[in-house]
Amino acid sequence: MSDAPTVVLNARAVARTISRMADEILELNDGTDRLILVGIQRRGVQIADRLADVIREREGTDLPRGALDITLYRDDLQTVGPRPVVGKTHLPVPLEGKVVVIVDDVLFTGRTIRAALDELADFGRPARIMLAVLVDRGGRELPIQPDVVGKVLDVPAGGRVDVFVPALDDRDEVVVAGGAPA
Amino acid sequence: MTAPLLLTGGRIVDPSQGLDAVGDVLLVDGKVAAIGGTIAGPEAARRVDCAGLIVAPGMIDVHVHLREPGREDVETVSSGAHAAVAGGFTAVAAMPNTKPVTDNQATVGFVKRQGEAAGFARVYPYGAISLGQKGETLAEFGEMVAAGAVAVSDDGKPVENSHLMRTALEYAQTFGIPVVEHCEVMALAHGGSMHEGIVSARLGLKGIPGEAEEIDVIRCILLAKLTGGHIHLCHLSTKGSVDLVRWGKDQGVNVTAEVCSHHISLTHEAVEGYDTNAKMNPPLRTQRDVEALQQGLRDGTIDLLVTDHAPHHYDEKEREFADAPNGIVGLETALGVNVTWLLEPGILTLAQLVDRMACRPAKVFHLPGGTLAKGSPADVTVFDPTRAWTVDPSAFKSKGRNTPYGGRTLRGQAVRTIVGGRIVYDLNG
Amino acid sequence: MTILGKDLIALEGMTREQVTGILDVAEPLKEISERAIKKVPTLRGMTVVNLFFEASTRTRISFEFAEKRMSADTVNVAAAASSVSKGETLVDTARNLEAMRIDMVVIRHPHSGAARFLAERIESNVINAGDGTHEHPTQGLLDLLTLRERLGTLEGRRVCIVGDVLHSRVARSNIWGLKAMGAEVAVCGPRSLLPGAIEDLGVRVFDRIEAAIEWAEALNVLRLQLERMQLGYIPSLREYNRVFGVTRARLERAPRDLLILHPGPMNRGVEIDSDVADGPHSVILHQVTNGVAVRMAVLYLLAGNKASLADVAKGGAQ
Repeated sequence: MSDAPTVVLNARAVARTISRMADEILELNDGTDRLILVGIQRRGVQIADRLADVIREREGTDLPRGALDITLYRDDLQTVGPRPVVGKTHLPVPLEGKVVVIVDDVLFTGRTIRAALDELADFGRPARIMLAVLVDRGGRELPIQPDVVGKVLDVPAGGRVDVFVPALDDRDEVVVAGGAPA
Repeated sequence: MTAPLLLTGGRIVDPSQGLDAVGDVLLVDGKVAAIGGTIAGPEAARRVDCAGLIVAPGMIDVHVHLREPGREDVETVSSGAHAAVAGGFTAVAAMPNTKPVTDNQATVGFVKRQGEAAGFARVYPYGAISLGQKGETLAEFGEMVAAGAVAVSDDGKPVENSHLMRTALEYAQTFGIPVVEHCEVMALAHGGSMHEGIVSARLGLKGIPGEAEEIDVIRCILLAKLTGGHIHLCHLSTKGSVDLVRWGKDQGVNVTAEVCSHHISLTHEAVEGYDTNAKMNPPLRTQRDVEALQQGLRDGTIDLLVTDHAPHHYDEKEREFADAPNGIVGLETALGVNVTWLLEPGILTLAQLVDRMACRPAKVFHLPGGTLAKGSPADVTVFDPTRAWTVDPSAFKSKGRNTPYGGRTLRGQAVRTIVGGRIVYDLNG
Repeated sequence: MTILGKDLIALEGMTREQVTGILDVAEPLKEISERAIKKVPTLRGMTVVNLFFEASTRTRISFEFAEKRMSADTVNVAAAASSVSKGETLVDTARNLEAMRIDMVVIRHPHSGAARFLAERIESNVINAGDGTHEHPTQGLLDLLTLRERLGTLEGRRVCIVGDVLHSRVARSNIWGLKAMGAEVAVCGPRSLLPGAIEDLGVRVFDRIEAAIEWAEALNVLRLQLERMQLGYIPSLREYNRVFGVTRARLERAPRDLLILHPGPMNRGVEIDSDVADGPHSVILHQVTNGVAVRMAVLYLLAGNKASLADVAKGGAQ
């Protein structure tokens, strides 16, 4: 990687972006009825928590929150092998009739979301599933599109987008590194 | 009638005559005709350059299993005797646990004739102590000796009945043969497949304590003391056994003992990984035992070295450890193992090594050979004690491939083996 | 980082990082068994053969649940029904199975070393489900997971294994696993049922169960194989219970509450009394639950870890 890492969202920008995403989620759903926020392990869970904080401020409602670990639903076990870390999956309420908002930090190929949709289907049949991501970096390999996007970045295939969250990283920013045009 | 052989310029090591000097040896008509100094030799003599090599009395292995009759698929008298000469042995004594058991003059005679027909090493049959090695009825020692047996043994298992052992020790005296015991108390050893210790505890294999051997060792010594008979103790494996034999000899008991090359070189740690090629009875024991056996050989408590050559079909070893048969092939590795573990570290001198592998076996078992004195049989082992070579089981003359030494580099190898004045093995073809 | 290689044969030699890694993967997998649809697609298309040369209902069922919950295809081969009883060797059986293109073999065998023997001769992943009196690594792992859940950490914790250690593969796997995790390990039982070299394995020995109970924070009570009495290791089951039985009366005199583990199946009234087995400090059923999760974790962590036969320690026939 020749290009030096560049901060594309600093802490204040992340806060503003998440705030706007929360508003969009509320607008699209006409409020908080039936909503469940489900973060994808690990940083999607942190972002879902921050979205829920904003929504609590706006609406005075505590949204049910879940976590999905999609490790066991990946499609690359045979090629990459097992991952040494498996996170917890936890869904707080039955999904029937609910609107599930899947929250992740970065949307790239779409394979993680594919796995998350498969996993959700094993838990029940929501009325609707939406996707909210902090960063959409392009490069889709599957026909998956987000409903709510924090920031769109055009990062070439070799590049990296790192979302740092305070709870895990002691930093609060989004950094793009490397990635000469493919 | 083969042409006379003149072995020239070798270092002659013959402890039976206290000889260690560079010189020639002339072999004529199957006998040693002249030894030492420069020998002119007859015109017709074939001259064999032995410069840089050791010329020693032919080595004798008094404990081998040649499997014939019964298991000709794993070894025959011929293939075993061929392996023997490839390992530098000019004579072997074949244990009687064949199928059927060599417990009668006919079978003894058969084994002897097979050996003669093969024309490699001399093959001396053992007879069984008891009929069918069942430990019940004495076999006919007299007839078996007349047919060529040089000793009696139920090897493979002990003579558990002490009365029978007493009788054997008494009866054998008529014929001047040793009674050879496989020392094991079956009730203590039952179901065991390796030495009882830390390794067996870790591997979850039932162990055989050293005491299973030692209790039988002292029983046999005491019975030899009682009877005045000659007891020869097979393949001793523990420090305790060495101490007991030492005590017996101090008491003046007619006891002799042997140790296998694997027991002076390997420990129970060779079983790690459940290597069935390290499975044998008695089992490989601890480093403390190995060192006591080496010292016992050095100070003469243990008289001689053997192989307990025990070929098995690879299928039989290629299985779960507890179900695999005991034993390894040893004829083609023994000299290298003994040089590597005894001579090189200075535990035995060259003269002592030749004594324990050639002179003592002949003396203890009253066999021809074991000396290059003028007039004795022209059985000679010519070997290179410094030559390094890597054990390749697929190149064995034995049909057996079951060895824990495969792939190891050993020092010391037979270069020429001469039986009755005839070169029956030549390393260089 | 890889936690496991091609096979899981033993806990002996495993590092704390490896054991912790397996337990950490097992823990979240417990949730799958609580779902309405108790299945994840992880091992879809993989074939696992449960090759049992020894009767075992519990371990086989636990493995089978684990395999099915990971979406593997499973085939059960019981020795009695297979050609093993017709004299076929272990290596032939395995090669025949492998010729049918399988991915993993779970093997239970009455001989120590059989799992390793198999692993060295086939390319499929091999999981040792108990080999003779050697090891039973997944049982050891599920015991560790249960203890860790209850005790928080295993570091410095005092665990005593009670009973027939000599013939116990569970005991060996526990000893190595517990030691890798930094626990203090003791054994207690009649000396006739302890290996002579037991202290060399780095464990304490208690001759009396009372002393063991006073020392320990958890007891792992081994099943006493009833045939041990016939073979003369102990005089009678009655006396065994009197001298070594884990009874309520003995536990009540302990300075603290002890966790009680048992690998099952239990001989109630022999090595353990019913009111202990069913009592408040028994975690025996948690062990069973954790067993499925641990086996799912092991299946997952082995999946796809292939070694070419050339890399496998040594070849088969020469």
